[in-house]
Amino acid sequence: MTKSINELISEYALRIGDTSLILGQRLGEWCGHGPILEEDIALTNISLDLIGQSRAFLTYAGSLEEKKRTEDELAFFRDAREYKNTLLAEQPNGDFAQTILRQLFISTFQYYFFDKLKQSKDAMFAGLAEKSFKEVAYHVRHATEWTYRLGDGTKESNDKMKHALSELWRYTGDLFLMNETDKILIKEGIAVDLHEVKKDWEKKIREVFLQATLVFPEDNFMITGGILGNHTEYLGHILAEMQILPRSYPGAEW
Amino acid sequence: MTHTKEDIVSLLSEIPDPEIPVISISELGILRSVEVEGEKVIVTITPTYSGCPAMRAIEDEIKVKLHEQGIKDVEVKLVYSPVWTTDWMNEEAKEKLRKYGISPPGKRSLKNLISGDRQVACPRCGSTDVKLVSLFGSTACKALYTCNACREPFDQFKCH
Repeated sequence: MTKSINELISEYALRIGDTSLILGQRLGEWCGHGPILEEDIALTNISLDLIGQSRAFLTYAGSLEEKKRTEDELAFFRDAREYKNTLLAEQPNGDFAQTILRQLFISTFQYYFFDKLKQSKDAMFAGLAEKSFKEVAYHVRHATEWTYRLGDGTKESNDKMKHALSELWRYTGDLFLMNETDKILIKEGIAVDLHEVKKDWEKKIREVFLQATLVFPEDNFMITGGILGNHTEYLGHILAEMQILPRSYPGAEW
Repeated sequence: MTHTKEDIVSLLSEIPDPEIPVISISELGILRSVEVEGEKVIVTITPTYSGCPAMRAIEDEIKVKLHEQGIKDVEVKLVYSPVWTTDWMNEEAKEKLRKYGISPPGKRSLKNLISGDRQVACPRCGSTDVKLVSLFGSTACKALYTCNACREPFDQFKCH
């Protein structure tokens, strides 16, 4: 059965919303645990931006599907296989270096992605992209400055960044995974060609790494599958924590 | 009694921002438009930042304010486009921020967005010899600075 264009747009909105939601949930884990007070505030502020973005994208996704699910139903009552977020977003926070590197990779991706989505023929995508782009610009700046400091810092901070890179690099390819949905929506002028985003992303990451004295890996072995719902084991754990309350007490309000 | 669109706009313009009570939701640019359709009033608002937690409080305050005037049928719509910008804030509102101890936002540009405001002045002593402590402050719209001249810490309303 072929999917309608609205179903495809809904699926595309889910991917964007899910990545923001899962990364936002991950960053929220830093609340009260930041290495310094300013970073505690920064990481949770970024989390707030991301969850705000995800609310708008999930609401839009729900409005276009047949089931007409609300943002809350989409967030709390889907299992891991139904989540479309990029694999990098669900990777554990690790130490501060690992969190910062994950931020650098995803925020830089979102920066170029939203910049292009602003031109979407879908008016809702264009509007939400413009809003998200401005917020993500701050996230990129935050992650970039920390990458310089940690990469080009002490031996210990440099070692930690190298370790983070070895943990995360294999998931970066998943940021650019596309399938039939992308193909159709790109043709319609609605979606973004991620080949284009990849070029900008690589150029920027190479520049940042050069200044941060980190080596850009030439290893092309990648684990992919986020948009297909093929996740790493970590997503289930996040969902368990995030969803337990509404699933244990359906319809609970405060 | 029927209310004109102008009545309602001026009524809603009295509502202060919940986080920064010296300026109103209208001065901040959150209040976008008001439509009157018979007995029904439709108020359109836009968030400053996507995750701004004050949006719900603002929606409630709009409803309460209109309810007090006997207007029962109120719909509050949230829109994301045109996208909110600090450029919608006029000089008068910026001056109110400064007096309240918040350095007001500069003119918006992509460069400012990526590299930060070029000219941030201490709201207390006016010095531009300031240090950025954190890009993220007590609310999503503010950054944290310290003044090198008078040594006071202060919030800056980020240009956006």
